[in-house]
Amino acid sequence: MSTVTTTTSVPTPSVGTGHTRVEGRDKVTGAARYAAEVPFAGLAHGWLVLSTIARGRIRALDTEPVLAMPGVLAVLDHRNAPHLNTDYAGLLGKPDPTCAVFQHDRVPHFGWPVALVVAETPEQAREAAEALVVHYEEEPHDVELTSDHPDCRPLDGHMPAVTEKGDLDARLASSAFVVDVEYSTPEEHHNPMEPHAATARWDDGRLEVTDSNQGVTWVAGELQNLFSLDPASVRVRSEHVGGGFGSKGVRAHQVAAVMAATMLQRPVRVALTRRQMFTLTGHRSPTIQRVRLGADADGRLRALEHRSVSRTSTFHDFVEPSAGAARVMYDADAHHTANNVVPLDVPTPTWMRAPGEAPGSFALEAAFDELAEKCGIDPIELRLRNEPEAGPVSGLPFVGRNVAACFREGARRFGWADRDSRPGVRREGRWLLGTGTAAASFPAGSAPSTATATAHPDGTFTIRISAADIGTGARTALALIAADALQVSPERIRVRIGDSDFGPAMIAGGSMGTRSWSWAVKEAAGELRERLALGADLPAQGLTVRSDTTEAVGALGPAERHSYGAQFAEVAVDVTTGEVRVRRMLGIFAAGRIVNPLTARNQLLGGMVWGISMALHEEAARDRASGGVVGADLAGYHVATHADVPRIEADWIEDTDPDDPVGIKGIGEIGTVGAAAAVANAVWHATGVRHRSLPIRPDRVLTAAAGAPDA
Amino acid sequence: MREFDYRRAYDVAGAVALLDADPDTRFLGGGTNLVDLMKTGVERPARLIDIRELPLDRIEVTAGGGLRIGATVTNGDLAAHPEVRRRYPALAQAVLAGASGQLRNMATVGGNLLQRTRCGYFTDVSQPCNKRVPGSGCPAVAGEHRNHAILGASDHCVAVHPSDMAVALTAFDAVVHYETADGPGELPLADFYLPVGDTPHRETALPAGALITGVTLPPAPVAAGSRYRKVRERASYAFAIGSLAAALDIRDGIVRDARLAFGAVASRPWRATAAERVLTGAPTGPETYAAAADAELAAARPLPRNGYKVDLIRNLTVTVLTELAEEAAR
Repeated sequence: MSTVTTTTSVPTPSVGTGHTRVEGRDKVTGAARYAAEVPFAGLAHGWLVLSTIARGRIRALDTEPVLAMPGVLAVLDHRNAPHLNTDYAGLLGKPDPTCAVFQHDRVPHFGWPVALVVAETPEQAREAAEALVVHYEEEPHDVELTSDHPDCRPLDGHMPAVTEKGDLDARLASSAFVVDVEYSTPEEHHNPMEPHAATARWDDGRLEVTDSNQGVTWVAGELQNLFSLDPASVRVRSEHVGGGFGSKGVRAHQVAAVMAATMLQRPVRVALTRRQMFTLTGHRSPTIQRVRLGADADGRLRALEHRSVSRTSTFHDFVEPSAGAARVMYDADAHHTANNVVPLDVPTPTWMRAPGEAPGSFALEAAFDELAEKCGIDPIELRLRNEPEAGPVSGLPFVGRNVAACFREGARRFGWADRDSRPGVRREGRWLLGTGTAAASFPAGSAPSTATATAHPDGTFTIRISAADIGTGARTALALIAADALQVSPERIRVRIGDSDFGPAMIAGGSMGTRSWSWAVKEAAGELRERLALGADLPAQGLTVRSDTTEAVGALGPAERHSYGAQFAEVAVDVTTGEVRVRRMLGIFAAGRIVNPLTARNQLLGGMVWGISMALHEEAARDRASGGVVGADLAGYHVATHADVPRIEADWIEDTDPDDPVGIKGIGEIGTVGAAAAVANAVWHATGVRHRSLPIRPDRVLTAAAGAPDA
Repeated sequence: MREFDYRRAYDVAGAVALLDADPDTRFLGGGTNLVDLMKTGVERPARLIDIRELPLDRIEVTAGGGLRIGATVTNGDLAAHPEVRRRYPALAQAVLAGASGQLRNMATVGGNLLQRTRCGYFTDVSQPCNKRVPGSGCPAVAGEHRNHAILGASDHCVAVHPSDMAVALTAFDAVVHYETADGPGELPLADFYLPVGDTPHRETALPAGALITGVTLPPAPVAAGSRYRKVRERASYAFAIGSLAAALDIRDGIVRDARLAFGAVASRPWRATAAERVLTGAPTGPETYAAAADAELAAARPLPRNGYKVDLIRNLTVTVLTELAEEAAR
């Protein structure tokens, strides 16, 4: 045994200074292995067979000829698959039955998993899967979202469906200015670069799953419940994740892999194709949003209504809570918001890139721009005049609401003061130019997490936490948090993540990952430092301290806790071709303490780029006849390319969350919020035409230019 | 995917012999389209014959000032070639407007001509498609057809040809050269792509067993001032929703010669002969250009959701021809 003391001189704090990703070299040299690249001896490969009808029943599967094909080991379908338990509530509620594969003969949407073919090689599995003939009893389907659909109903998600205060009609009638408009956003898909893939195997009575997901203990818990296993007998690992955006929870491929590994008693990998991801990994529902705003002559809101309609599947409830943004951003004497759904024969939508806020802020912030135009008030000034004192619906105090400061700093840097408010008057060659702005907010929260910190005799430390680095730089951020808590340089810290054996922790989601994990890491590392400072013995295997933030997080009082931002965009529009190009963009955020400016800027910029994509490119075309998505690949589903991303800057103002031990609020999603509205508002400023349906495609711009004043 | 046999050919005769007019065999150039289609099951050849090693990677100036372009010249090399840029700038611009740097370094001229439509129903084997499975139907007519044909289509197929390069080649009367077991042959590009009619699965007039060996461009001094403009839904790495290759020879304010071809409007690159007739001999000016576009687009039969393409092509024609005339006047 030996004792060590930490360095006597306290090193420069690491939090707040830029650090490159600790696994960056591994990633760019290919040393980092993603889920589908981890080798296993005796690995078999499963390929999912998906339905080619949108509604009906499986009559028969001709499995015999497929089983005779080269290399084929097994075919799983609803006739021979093990029974799954779906009667439980996991970390995020009841499971979406999409992941509970092969339990019945019903087909509730196009691309529903009907069988898994397992073979010695992926090529053999795929060839056999594509040869499997499935006979269906087809029923008529309905995939079309309309706001007057007879099945439209309010739905609570992670917030109440409906909030209402005041007499809306009376307040609208007495308003000097009224905006009454409908917006729509399309079906959108997460499309992380790395497709979903999982390998399942049994190792000495333990189920081991090598996966790419946003939360290992989350996925482990779901698998344990689905297969009715002892919690200690499931281990899920997810070392590197090539993007998630909300789509990487428990999905059909992990469950199918576990089934096959159990049946064959050998490791089985199931990887999804890009096309399969379009039906199996969730998506963002299209939305139809009606916004009504009534204001006094001086622009003060008297009435606000935001009603959103999205869709869900026929077998599981999920609501895209677009009307939620108004509950935070603006107050009015009459304030009505509602989130509705229509169940249709489609896959269940799910959380995706600022769920609720991304489409909701497009409608709300575009409507605000329309109100500014009607009132003749500058859009920023209009927002500043409508800054609420307390939560418009909750009445709770705001913890650090820095919207105004974001706008002031953004306006200064963007050159907003020189803006001519008239639309359609700036021309440069074939391009009409315009600028636009929008506000942004996203909830800031923390969830219980556990972590361990270990001191080693060689003076290094290991942090273990079942966090997920989905490209955000979380691993690096946690190293900086630990370094400061231990008062050592980050080079002495090893951070191990993505292993459910490290104990429960928050998922990488809801902009809450890094904040929740940092809290636990700071506690464990801080206590370890104290014990070392007191001269604790340091055995050869190291000294480990464990933290659990459940109690501390639970003690947080109720308040309006959010990150904020102000988005600015300049666009060029050629109304003769319909081309819209973003020329520059600036986002200024108040998002709490920034742990690693290098990766934080990267993440905020990424969010803004997704905002450009949402405004101009992203859209899945759902085919009415088949019920499936046409062009379900990255050639058909466009996201912004490098050439679409111009001079773009993200920065932040001093902001801290006084209730968080590190001061973090969370930056995972705020970069996307408001970005599409800023672009759309800039398109109006350039052309004088309001585009209320996303994406603002060339055909829409051309059609608007040819006739209709509003598109 | 289906297991397939792979061979490499080292000379033209050997490649043609290896193909042996077998409909289950494909030539493999850059593979930038074929390999994708094999992965998705749209193409399921039993055998690939790799022709990347064939001595067809040269670009030569012909007597009189035309060009001979080998079939395995990569798109990247084609766009960068000084003689292409000098004599047919629209061709270089068209190639550079397509795909990405990596794809252009792989894709070949012959393969580019033979690439398949990107219609979302064609590329999805779970959907009907008359081009992929003759007689199965065309869901695009009543479905997603925002980027489908407005000219020369039929109820059997409304897909568009995806090539940018072929639009520029069409404007300049390119001729496709090929080799079969019976000897060489040639086809004007204007006759290379077959009308859709009720046989959309028959795409080219290339005889069975033929290997494209190259493309020749006849001398065309007018092309030296030519231009290609492509409109797409994002700034790069997307297929056109409308494009145009154009050249004007103007003397004393009168159009003496005009070359005009449209892309992303039909199952083939669309030579705008009616428009060229209006232009030739007419005074320069937007009225003339608009009249020319209208003459060509009179035959347009847009679907419910792609009528914008008529306006787009008309606007593009006026804008690009105006730019060309202004440059000629300088």
